[in-house]
Amino acid sequence: MEQLFLIAHVAGRAVAIAAEQVESVVDVGVIVAVPRAGGHVRGLTALRSRVVTVIDTIAALGMAAPEREPGRAVITRVDGHHYALLVDSLDDVAPFELQPIAQGVALSGAWAAAARGLIQRDGEPILAIDLIALVPGQPAQSQQAA
Amino acid sequence: MDDLLQEFIAETRETLEALSGEIVAWEANPADRARLDAIFRFVHTVKGSCGFLDLPRLARLSHAAEDVLAAVREGKRTPDRGLVNAVLAVVDRVGEIVEAIDAGSALDDTGEDLLIAALAEGSDEVATGASSAVQRAPTRSVRLNVDLLDRMMSGMSDMVLARNELSRRLRGAEVDPTIEAALERMSATVADLRDTVTRTRMQKIDALFSALPRMVRDTAAGLGKSVTLHVEGAEVELDREMIEVLRDPLVHIVRNSIDHGIEDPTARRAAGKRENGRLTVSARQSGNQIIVEVADDGRGIDSERLVRKAIEAGRDERMLRSLSERQKLQLVFEPGLSSKDEVTEISGRGVGMDVVRAAIEQIGGRVELDSAPGRGLRIQIHVPLTLSIIPTIVVAAGGQRFAVPRQAIEEIVSERSEAIRIDHLGMAEIATVRERRLPLVTLASQLEIGTTSSGDTMLAIVNVGEGSYALRVEDVLDNEELVIKPAAPAVMATGLYAGQTLPDSGSPMLLLDCAGIARDAGLNFVREAIVDEDEDQAGGESGITALVFGDLDGVRRAVPLALLDRIEQVEADAIRFAAGRLRLTIDGRIVPLVARGDLNGRGVCSILRLKDGSTEIAYAIAEAADIVTLPHDVIHAETPGAVAAVVLVDDEPVELVDAHWLFATHAHGDADSAAEQRPLCLLSCDEAGWMRNFVQPMLEGAGYRVADRPEPGMLPDVVLTLDDDPATLPDAAPLVRLSSRRGPGEDGSIYRYDRVSLLQAVAGAARRK
Repeated sequence: MEQLFLIAHVAGRAVAIAAEQVESVVDVGVIVAVPRAGGHVRGLTALRSRVVTVIDTIAALGMAAPEREPGRAVITRVDGHHYALLVDSLDDVAPFELQPIAQGVALSGAWAAAARGLIQRDGEPILAIDLIALVPGQPAQSQQAA
Repeated sequence: MDDLLQEFIAETRETLEALSGEIVAWEANPADRARLDAIFRFVHTVKGSCGFLDLPRLARLSHAAEDVLAAVREGKRTPDRGLVNAVLAVVDRVGEIVEAIDAGSALDDTGEDLLIAALAEGSDEVATGASSAVQRAPTRSVRLNVDLLDRMMSGMSDMVLARNELSRRLRGAEVDPTIEAALERMSATVADLRDTVTRTRMQKIDALFSALPRMVRDTAAGLGKSVTLHVEGAEVELDREMIEVLRDPLVHIVRNSIDHGIEDPTARRAAGKRENGRLTVSARQSGNQIIVEVADDGRGIDSERLVRKAIEAGRDERMLRSLSERQKLQLVFEPGLSSKDEVTEISGRGVGMDVVRAAIEQIGGRVELDSAPGRGLRIQIHVPLTLSIIPTIVVAAGGQRFAVPRQAIEEIVSERSEAIRIDHLGMAEIATVRERRLPLVTLASQLEIGTTSSGDTMLAIVNVGEGSYALRVEDVLDNEELVIKPAAPAVMATGLYAGQTLPDSGSPMLLLDCAGIARDAGLNFVREAIVDEDEDQAGGESGITALVFGDLDGVRRAVPLALLDRIEQVEADAIRFAAGRLRLTIDGRIVPLVARGDLNGRGVCSILRLKDGSTEIAYAIAEAADIVTLPHDVIHAETPGAVAAVVLVDDEPVELVDAHWLFATHAHGDADSAAEQRPLCLLSCDEAGWMRNFVQPMLEGAGYRVADRPEPGMLPDVVLTLDDDPATLPDAAPLVRLSSRRGPGEDGSIYRYDRVSLLQAVAGAARRK
């Protein structure tokens, strides 16, 4: 069964994101830092009247983030909070069939946690990732004291 | 009161609708405990609300039904067909009366005695409510889906941001004045609209607190206790949903405090306490929560008694005995357990607290108890801060802006001020502000966004409940009311922030959690707090804290801080000379304004909002200077007037404003402010309550103060008695005798319904005094 995927580029690699996880795609403006917030939180930004938490996707995937101005982002909503996950660029949205990852492919750390499968675009395999796995500090893991 | 009544009607109607299913189910299976509890809670809530709204008929019905249901719950009665029918008839009747109240139509009360009689044990009377054809009046409120309101609110914020953007762009260019005027008009409309839209969702918690004084007074009077109520933080705004959910629990808790917690005057005296019980109800925002606290200085919860009750109810004794003190206290939340032995009309069937907890937990909150046996009980309701408007101070640190809840800030001082001393203790810093030594935390270093060197910086003295500390910031920028929303878990996990907000600038801002910052900085306030409190109280009695300000005429004056509600900036055009005096329009009300100098030519004006509890006046000033504790040496004014005395503050003379004169001269409703001067009537020996119900309102309307029982130290001006009163009377006061018989009595008594003679006699007696 085919489903819609958004193809994006993160850290120079193509990734596929299930369209149902994507609320919108935006250009991120000014980011206000959140001092001392770990978990790859780049800061807060205003999206019209909403405050969204900006996630450094590359850092969340365990890679060194290049020093450059954030540009585009994918907006997703987790537990009532909106997050903007920074991406390098966006290609298009198209229906693909989700396939299991080929055996023997060694995904490391954060990539393994986020990977959901593979899709094929014109013969090119693209890793499908789960945005929610990249959002830090889900309530279950949160240490926020009452 | 009308609002409350409307709410009560809407609420009862809704509960009844929801309950109709439960009633049918209970009828089918009277042994069903859950259904029984639901119906029981309904009548209990109705009873509570009625006492408070003064609806005696409903109160009587619901009290009777509650008695019977309580007996069923305790297993003393079995719910047979007759009992179920009788209860259902009462519930139906409650619905009819509520509809009648709403429609403003009369509903005759025949048959209500029958309904109540049918509840009695062994009664086989078949009671049916008079079949009603009560017209349901159209309600003046509608219920909306919260999502819709949220969409409206976010649309509104978008509009504000768009307007800001537009005006920013126009500011740079040469603009046609007509366009500017149009923009101006749009701005005003947008501001108005935003206010309205915000109000659809948010409400000051005052909506909850405003009914308390009356309720506390009535409840306390009904129990022969005397209770002083303190309300704090009424300006905190909350989601309406939360306010609605909090209403009943708060009423239950307050009633419980007065009924169970606060002892009667004799017992209090014996325990070495003031006769007046003290009840404090406060709301504050703390971290990502709103805390509503009810604290009394009564006897606290007797955990031993709770355990005994639980054992009587058939619980395992060994298990109960092994509970910790804290766990024992939690027993108060168990259905059917009450710490008090006798049952009163106010509360006391152990229904309150389980309902309270269920309601609070439903909205993701929790209830905390802190009982000090013999000294009092503090109940805290923590509710999550989903959305709230909080007055904040915006500060800068490390080049970034942060909001700090204004409630947490005691004062802000410039570090350059001579009254401040900064010392290093090892790696820590302490600030000494007017003899007070406070730990110092530098916000920028704590947040790891650079360091702020001492010098040209500001210190915000922050109180976090357990203690205070000084927070060093680079600048204090603004004073704003902000809509606070919870931040993402990853942000909250730092423990440093209480939420996020989007001010009109369009750039997100974080709200600091002052308690979290203190924790993070390793500040430890544990024991000091209690000492502090005691000192505060002692200090409060020995010296008056006052705000020193520069008045419009250039003179430095001071006003007691207790009187000051807040300082506010107002546009000069909100001040008008109308109906013979200066008046200020603020918060949709008109408040008399006192100005001791020329207001002309001022664009924006600082005003002090002064309150004596009931009335408010505004006082225009040039600028606020400092908060000081007034010295004991005061030189009183030669003649009564606006200035009561002169004191020396920092070697400079400061005139102390005469608050009494100010309110006596300027406040609306002079009668109220002169309450103490009105003659006091004592209604003696009023067992049947006739005097309280019939005479008291009439006397109060005629401008007297009325007491219905003598208290030590009370000096009544007139004492009223009815018929042959055996009570010993304070012999100092003139007596007015009332008689139930028509015609003049041989002892000079007056027929009790002879209004004119009665008032004349009281007035004459009061003059004689």
